[in-house]
Amino acid sequence: MKVILTGNEAVARGAWEAGCHVAAAYPGTPSTEILENIARFPEVYSEWSPNEKVALEVASGASIAGARALCAMKHVGLNVAADPFFTMSYIGVNGGLVIVSADDPGLSSSQNEQDNRWYALHAKVPMLEPSDSQECLDFTRAAFEISEGFDTPVLLRLTTRICHSKSVVETGERIEPSVREYERNPAKNAMLPAFARQKHHMVEKRLEELREFGESSPFNSVTMAEGSEIGVIASGVGYQYAREALGDGASFLKIGFSWPLPRRLIREFASKVKTLWVVEENDPFLETEIRAMGIPCFGKDVLPVVDELTPAIVARAVLGKEPAPGREGEVPPPNRPPLLCPGCPHRGLFFPLSKKKDVIVTGDIGCYGLGSMPPLNVGETTICMGAGFSAAIGFQKAGEKAGRNEKVFGILGDSTFFHSGITGLIDAVVNKSRGVFVIMDNRITAMTGQQENPGSGRTLSGEETVALDIPKICEACGVKGENIHVVDPYDLKASAEAVDRAWAAEETSVIVTTRPCALLKDVQKERAGLKCSVDEERCVLCGACLKLGCPAITKRDGRVVIDRAACNGCGLCVQVCPKNAIGREGDAR
Amino acid sequence: MNAKTRNVLLVGVGGQGTILASKVLTEGLLSFGYDVKMSEIHGMAQRGGSVSTHVRYGEKVYSPVICRGEADVVVAFEKMEALRWLPYLSSGGRLIVNNHEIFPMPVILGQAEYPLEIEKTLSAAAPGTLLVEAAKTAEELGNPKVMNMVLLGTVVKTLGLDGMDWGRTLRACVPPRAVEVNERAFAAGMKLFGQ
Repeated sequence: MKVILTGNEAVARGAWEAGCHVAAAYPGTPSTEILENIARFPEVYSEWSPNEKVALEVASGASIAGARALCAMKHVGLNVAADPFFTMSYIGVNGGLVIVSADDPGLSSSQNEQDNRWYALHAKVPMLEPSDSQECLDFTRAAFEISEGFDTPVLLRLTTRICHSKSVVETGERIEPSVREYERNPAKNAMLPAFARQKHHMVEKRLEELREFGESSPFNSVTMAEGSEIGVIASGVGYQYAREALGDGASFLKIGFSWPLPRRLIREFASKVKTLWVVEENDPFLETEIRAMGIPCFGKDVLPVVDELTPAIVARAVLGKEPAPGREGEVPPPNRPPLLCPGCPHRGLFFPLSKKKDVIVTGDIGCYGLGSMPPLNVGETTICMGAGFSAAIGFQKAGEKAGRNEKVFGILGDSTFFHSGITGLIDAVVNKSRGVFVIMDNRITAMTGQQENPGSGRTLSGEETVALDIPKICEACGVKGENIHVVDPYDLKASAEAVDRAWAAEETSVIVTTRPCALLKDVQKERAGLKCSVDEERCVLCGACLKLGCPAITKRDGRVVIDRAACNGCGLCVQVCPKNAIGREGDAR
Repeated sequence: MNAKTRNVLLVGVGGQGTILASKVLTEGLLSFGYDVKMSEIHGMAQRGGSVSTHVRYGEKVYSPVICRGEADVVVAFEKMEALRWLPYLSSGGRLIVNNHEIFPMPVILGQAEYPLEIEKTLSAAAPGTLLVEAAKTAEELGNPKVMNMVLLGTVVKTLGLDGMDWGRTLRACVPPRAVEVNERAFAAGMKLFGQ
């Protein structure tokens, strides 16, 4: 059947068709929808794991036990999961094991632009790189076969444009492989040094067998153009851009099986063209290997390493063709940065924190990162998941060494706390940090589009489950009860008091905010009737409410207006108005 | 079928429904036998930021993204976004603009001015610019959210695809209880083309 799917939907479909039994992931743009779509197939056990390392270990255990397993993550997730990833290369598989890395060239929603193809080289596992949704499905199916055929995990490398672009896909049927027999075999599965030493030999031998396999893989294909002297070696979406830009005016070696590279095929192709171009996004991954083979080519000397490619960039580099001029207005419009939503509970803690002197805020990955934008300007650092807490410990110690009076507030969300914040909190308590550790608990993984986490009370498949109690976890980690402040962030006075008390504390303290995300369906339903509005008689246009940075409140034509459709009646503006000019109508249903 | 690839760029502000509109558009194009590719932005930009969705269709489509100066149609769900994405419009291209303003944070904070007389600037740069009262029409239909379907109706008419059976696609893409109002919005959008 012909359907139109995103790359992520096609990977999910491919996994299902391949008879995948177990799938695990931690949400992360651009990979999130892979697991969301696999979860729609009841034949597959699928779960949100607390972090990527756990997800890959769940999938690894399933594979060793004989099931076909898939694990998906965004590029930086593989850094977290790198530990099991490298050793699973040694162990190999029983049931097929496919690891999906969704990279983010152009940083549409990430903290760096790392190119995870190097992981395949580094861990010595084969890698497939689809260039559209059809290939996402086909390559995922094939990845399970390659995994079992060569006793190796397989890395399926996607990028944002592949994950979130839709194209036409011919779907197939599901095969039903039974879970394979499991036999105890420590020499294969328990990587003690003596066993691992033997395994390393196997890994090197496997790499050569895979290289030979790649020479005849249908995923590496050659299209020769009559009368053209230009040859292009390309992979991923780079291939589509090159094809768009050069059409039939160039010969192509399309690389879909992109590690280990098919050296004979590359050498043969290079010998048939006059000038050779390597078109790939981000790092010179193919190019480095091709140059190491002694083959001259153009690549990152003329194409950018930074950001996404486009057909126009390829056309300019290869053909010297200037891009279409495009039309221009006289002045560029003001920026439109992303921002905290109307009614976002994070605003209720950020606002008093923004007023407090001698405060440093180490931030983390999630919506609360938007607090660092004007007008709140709360947040100094964003490193990686969990660093909001752990970096706060070091920051606080450094400040004390320097004799500075600052208090460090480490901030992260509920999902990030479960992901890798708990270990930071334990460190803080055990090593007697005077920092403040804030968990903005909105009961959901919000930034990626509302995925369940261990605090949500529901699993990925929608089943009810235990909802972990964050204040209790903090207490169990050793934070004293009197130093744990649980506040409703819609109550500005309570939030400000919690900030003051934590600031003054000599021991490790914790603030937990307890409002669920304003975008949750239940919340929206419950608050549908709550609207704030401005009494123009009383309003003196002082602008105090505008300083909340709520996108529902604007000043136009000399009046302050609250957009009824956007307002969820959080009431922060009511609390900051010095003239009592803002009121709230309706009651929570 | 036209062998040449056609490029439609939908731009707006996160949360305005550009993604659903482009979903209906791509599903429809697929059912009419076109090769289609669509590319959209998820994640952080969706939180009230500037968003764009690229739709390309024809006999055989390679790139999922539209380059600067190559869009046959740019449809802006918000006025200032039309200005931002104007450079993507091709020399013979048509600009469709929703007469609707959403202030970005720099304007709310008084650090920047919302551009004045955008319509004039747009019409001067792109003759034939169509200013559409999609927001107003949707409000009159009783559901401000169907503004996206009003605009889609106008786009479909602009592309000359109004002879196709869009009802079937609409019914497949929106929840049953919302079908009727979406169909009415779509039809209203087609009518706005001529005005």
